[in-house]
Amino acid sequence: MSTTTPSEHPTREAAAALAGVETGARSVAEAAHAPAQGITGAQSLVRSLEAVGVDVVFGIPGGAILPLYDPLFDSKVRHVLVRHEQGAGHAATGYAQATGRVGVCMATSGPGATNLVTPLADAYMDSVPVVAITGQVPSGAIGTDAFQEADIRGITMPVTKHNFLVTDAAEIPQRIAEAFHLASTGRPGPVLVDVPKDVLQATTDFSWPPRLDLPGYKPTTRPHGKQVREAATLIAGARRPVLYVGGGVIKAGATEELLELAHLTGAPVVTTLMARGAYPDSDPQHLGMPGMHGTVAAVTALQKADVLVALGARFDDRVTGNLASFAPDALVVHADIDPAEIGKNRKADVPIVGDAKETIAELVTAVRAEHEAGRTPDLEAWWAQLDDWRTRYPLGYDEPEDGSLSPQYVIERLGAIAGPDAIYTSGVGQHQMWAAQFIKYEKPGTWLNSGGLGTMGYAVPAAMGAKYGCPDTTVWAIDGDGCFQMTNQELATCAIEGIPVKVAVINNGNLGMVRQWQTLFYEGRYSNTKLHAVDAEGRPKPVRIPDFVALAEALGCVGLRCESKDDVDAVIEKAMAITDAPVVIDFVVGADAQVWPMVAAGASNDDILAARDLRPVFGDDQV
Amino acid sequence: MTRHTLSVLVENKSGVLARVSALFSRRGFNIESLAVGPTENPDLSRMTIVVDAESAPLEQITKQLNKLIEVIKIVELEGDAAVQRELLLVKVRAPMADRTQVLQTADLFRARVIDVNTDTVTLEATGTPDKLQALLAVLAPLGIKEMAQSGTVALGRGPRSMSGAGTLRPVDRSA
Repeated sequence: MSTTTPSEHPTREAAAALAGVETGARSVAEAAHAPAQGITGAQSLVRSLEAVGVDVVFGIPGGAILPLYDPLFDSKVRHVLVRHEQGAGHAATGYAQATGRVGVCMATSGPGATNLVTPLADAYMDSVPVVAITGQVPSGAIGTDAFQEADIRGITMPVTKHNFLVTDAAEIPQRIAEAFHLASTGRPGPVLVDVPKDVLQATTDFSWPPRLDLPGYKPTTRPHGKQVREAATLIAGARRPVLYVGGGVIKAGATEELLELAHLTGAPVVTTLMARGAYPDSDPQHLGMPGMHGTVAAVTALQKADVLVALGARFDDRVTGNLASFAPDALVVHADIDPAEIGKNRKADVPIVGDAKETIAELVTAVRAEHEAGRTPDLEAWWAQLDDWRTRYPLGYDEPEDGSLSPQYVIERLGAIAGPDAIYTSGVGQHQMWAAQFIKYEKPGTWLNSGGLGTMGYAVPAAMGAKYGCPDTTVWAIDGDGCFQMTNQELATCAIEGIPVKVAVINNGNLGMVRQWQTLFYEGRYSNTKLHAVDAEGRPKPVRIPDFVALAEALGCVGLRCESKDDVDAVIEKAMAITDAPVVIDFVVGADAQVWPMVAAGASNDDILAARDLRPVFGDDQV
Repeated sequence: MTRHTLSVLVENKSGVLARVSALFSRRGFNIESLAVGPTENPDLSRMTIVVDAESAPLEQITKQLNKLIEVIKIVELEGDAAVQRELLLVKVRAPMADRTQVLQTADLFRARVIDVNTDTVTLEATGTPDKLQALLAVLAPLGIKEMAQSGTVALGRGPRSMSGAGTLRPVDRSA
């Protein structure tokens, strides 16, 4: 089992290991590399996984993939038997995001494979390196609507970086090596390898390393020098620059370079939902998260910027709001590993295609040269304005008037007690936004969430994968009661397999974010958002369905409950002290807390509301 | 809207056509025509795709196509710098009274008669989309019983090729 800490975050370790695939230079696990004759396709596949350095696979067996599970039984690759294939997929994603290595999940044909579709789409949207291996019905049965047949290659084409159907057992090592290479290099993403049952049963030879045959795949990692110099000139001449940092910076392991660039330029930094942790929250140049629920200072800094430096970010609609009115005065430097992201949503004045680590390092050199040539911008007036915004409109929340427990307070305390060394995962909704806002992140790989796809149910299985990959790190899943009811079955896996995650259920009895929109945009008509039992008048019944403490205990976890502010610290500390079993805390919170600030969907970022009915006043006297 | 002809070299593997056509439909790009066939290299196929797009979406189309792992190279074949042809098979009503007119029309457009019977004549014609449209316009009053038309296939003019020495410049992969 690996003990990699998230701070090391060896993103390119996987790529480096795979570079050895082509040269045969990799020295570890020599035994796994030994050629073998007359083995089965299944054995060849397990040997390939060993050779590529896989330490854990999350999955569930079934008919078509059964031959693979036999040699897996004897392998040093550990298999974690999940309770639902969606859990396997998100666990692989959580593992990958926490460790920087490729996460692996496995499922049988048909429904096993289709249950992987959601986590694959999730990993695709968030560019997470994941390899999925699925069993398929025997080659001769493909296309006959055989039992448990699904065209998983066709189904996953739009939600994977690439996928393969293996038609010959001799191809297995090559396809596995290619899958890991594709998943972990360039813009990372999920890759699916579908293997028919007869291919797993066929007799074949194994040799390693195989030759990679990907003539059309040549990601550009080295940025163009001229573009970098142009960007540096823009940055050095900017009066209102902003570094707009996306998840690509974490994927590239470029956070040290980013810190250097930020301190060199003195420019403010905003980190998107996928980039929380890419830049320390404690650094005074950090304005927080931009976007729909970003800080007033971060959102407004982007709006008023004259030079936007987008690093590994993709101008998502949740960041830009109404695109036409986004950052109207800004010249845009857009650096990304994926050329198709550049100019997709916002025209780039200086496009840079390259790996974020190399790009930012070269930007540092180029900006330093500008400074040495005497071009150093004066950002004093810009900072005066930024400081004014963040002083007047800090992140905050009101205590609920009904005396109920404040969900923001719970999350804030959790972050303070567990600290910046812990890993936090979340589901999707209000609790996710509060966890992004009120926990202070200092390191990459400590905030794992479903950003692009917005997959409810991500938190628990992702925490399981993260904890497996980083066993010495405290891992907290911050979940809503809606999300938790989608995937909590994986707590049984955690309890049985010895993966002691901690779960904070922010239980407001509602689909909170949808309820918030109903409050704001649908006149408080709460159509189908109440999860708790209600009487004829719609008032909550004094019954807990489900009782999360009892549920946790039924799943082999320690169950705790907290309903008052005075108990919050004590219950969190109690959970922190339990290290040999998964813990679930049911935080019963008020239903009316809302996420602020907010830019309504489709609205301009200029129309951000700091709190309900509170429109910030911006000095229109531009610097 | 403007028409652009993309010549796309892809790996000759199963599923590539599905990937390309799915990409177009998923991203909301319009395909005017698509023709796929073998090339001088048995490992590669050539797709000739005519798209209807303004220049900004065209850049997105080529960038997204380039992201497909099995796409090797994309070249835009522009107007006079390329030869473009389509193949048309058309079955025209041609009773004895009208037959001469049909045959004269075929002659005019350098179409060949490839099947004849008492009631109809089937013609084979190749040319630019415009020429084939013109032929069809002349034949229409006579009565078109059935037709089949291929997508455009195209090659760049001059000595250069998409693969090998003196290659055509690919659509910019970076930015």
